[in-house]
Amino acid sequence: MKHRSIHFFKDVFSSYTFLLPWLAGFFFLTLYPMGYSLYLSFTNFNVLQSPRWVGLRNYLIMFTGNAQFPRDERFLNSLWVTFRYVFLSVPLKLLFALAVAMLMNQKLRFIPFYRTLYYIPTLLGGSVAIAVLWRRIFSADGLVNLLLRTFFGVPNPPSWISDPRYALYTLVALAVWQFGSPMIIFLAGLKQIPQEYYEASSVDGAGKIRQFFAITLPGLSPIIFFNFVMQMISAFQVFTQAFIISGGSGGPLDSTMFYSLYLYLKGFAFAEMGYASAMAWFLLVIIAALTALAFKISGSLVTYGSGE
Amino acid sequence: MKMKRMRRRDIELVQKIVTHFFIITIGMGMLYPVAWLISASFKETSIIFTAPSLFPKTITFQNYIEGWKGIGIVNFGTFFKNSFLISFLCVVANLVFCSLTAFAFGRLKFPGRDFWFALMMLTLMLPSHVTTIPRYVIFRTLGWVDTILPLVVPRLFATDAFFIFLLVQFVRTIPKDLDESAVIDGCGKFSIYLRIIMPLTVPALITTMLFTFLWTWDDFFNHLLYLNSPQKYTVPMGLRLFLDASGISSWGPMFAMSVLSLVPCFVLFFSLQKYFIQGITTTGLKG
Repeated sequence: MKHRSIHFFKDVFSSYTFLLPWLAGFFFLTLYPMGYSLYLSFTNFNVLQSPRWVGLRNYLIMFTGNAQFPRDERFLNSLWVTFRYVFLSVPLKLLFALAVAMLMNQKLRFIPFYRTLYYIPTLLGGSVAIAVLWRRIFSADGLVNLLLRTFFGVPNPPSWISDPRYALYTLVALAVWQFGSPMIIFLAGLKQIPQEYYEASSVDGAGKIRQFFAITLPGLSPIIFFNFVMQMISAFQVFTQAFIISGGSGGPLDSTMFYSLYLYLKGFAFAEMGYASAMAWFLLVIIAALTALAFKISGSLVTYGSGE
Repeated sequence: MKMKRMRRRDIELVQKIVTHFFIITIGMGMLYPVAWLISASFKETSIIFTAPSLFPKTITFQNYIEGWKGIGIVNFGTFFKNSFLISFLCVVANLVFCSLTAFAFGRLKFPGRDFWFALMMLTLMLPSHVTTIPRYVIFRTLGWVDTILPLVVPRLFATDAFFIFLLVQFVRTIPKDLDESAVIDGCGKFSIYLRIIMPLTVPALITTMLFTFLWTWDDFFNHLLYLNSPQKYTVPMGLRLFLDASGISSWGPMFAMSVLSLVPCFVLFFSLQKYFIQGITTTGLKG
């Protein structure tokens, strides 16, 4: 009995040895920083001097403001810009990804080659090189306008990225262009839907459209949900593209001032790290709330299991 | 009867051709910007924005020669060297430490496992901004700013939960009988990890390698935070410096260096893509 319990503890000990690097990282690089960041969000902190407690002032400035500290309109604008970006780019991206995945799910030659081809924009997507390219393509005398003038005879096309009305949409287009990761996950999901369902329903006389809504969509619903949540979380954090395309300014007229970009500027350019921490915590709350909401809505829409 | 069958086959053939045509046309439209970038890097700067054709009449390497010189004393060779070093170290660290963690979560039985696993999954959804500022303060206190340590050291602590998740999913598909027979042969936990699990998770390890490389290579945010002196800049930082310094005059060299910065991603992706599809279909990925 005593021998067995010694053995048990040795076993637990050796198991935790494997987990040790991750555990240390979790405590020192995630949990402790989270707590510290929450503390900083209630302070005034510029890295050089030690943090000074200001209570809820950072949050107050973010949302309401008062006579002494006016409301931060640029913060609210960055929130609005980011929300528009997320709720435009994510559904469009998923729609495109699903359409292409269905196209790629056919029995055709060269499909592996096509799949690779369609993944290339995603592969290169996060790089500075592509952001630079995008900035140049959508400038007043860029490729898009060259094509519009030469082939479509548009005399005065807008100067996309330097026009506050359109700048955000060029970034949405960039996001949609990089639809590769949800596409591959959709493809894996499509392959798991039993082929017999389609055969049986076509014997019953169901057309392609009917099959899509009655078999494909319900069969894919957990994957649509998964893709939606993951893409939403990463879209809220978009940074590199916005930074490069606007030259780090979020311009023109703050029209591409994304939340992440503003947080970076506040924390590292203006050295208001307490305020930036408050912004980070509010972002965490938004993402947690939206994820929880998505889970709740999905409860009634997502069908798990064999689709009975 | 025979006529009818022929006709059906003809219809199917036409359908297939139309589908191929459709896929290729969309594909070319999507790749047009990248193709244009590559072609522009071989054009003389004066004609880049006036000729929409992808095939320049004269090919020049001048852009590459000029671009490589970079800014002042630092050329792109330095940026590439720095990028390769950081990416290499991160890849090795992620392979070792994410797979060790995945082995613990996917294979070992110990009290508290499910609790830690749930926490690990939660960190997958955590926006990185929450830890950015405190980590910066910590690394600054340690005197690590303007070194590569803040970019590499976190990898030694398996901070990329995404890869742990990917590897756990893969480890769970390996039959348990293999471990059990190894135990009978006298293997300890570490030899099971090293001799059985590691070799069998190769496709997932290759995916981990590919994405760690790509994301480290393309990372801009962290390099922007932690690297201050141009001698330590990586390729993305070099491109950005070049963009700001050279202004509108030298788009040709800028494009040439952009193309070069994409080459390692292309090479790695095309040599490993066979495993890559296999590795990620088990789960999702960012981007």
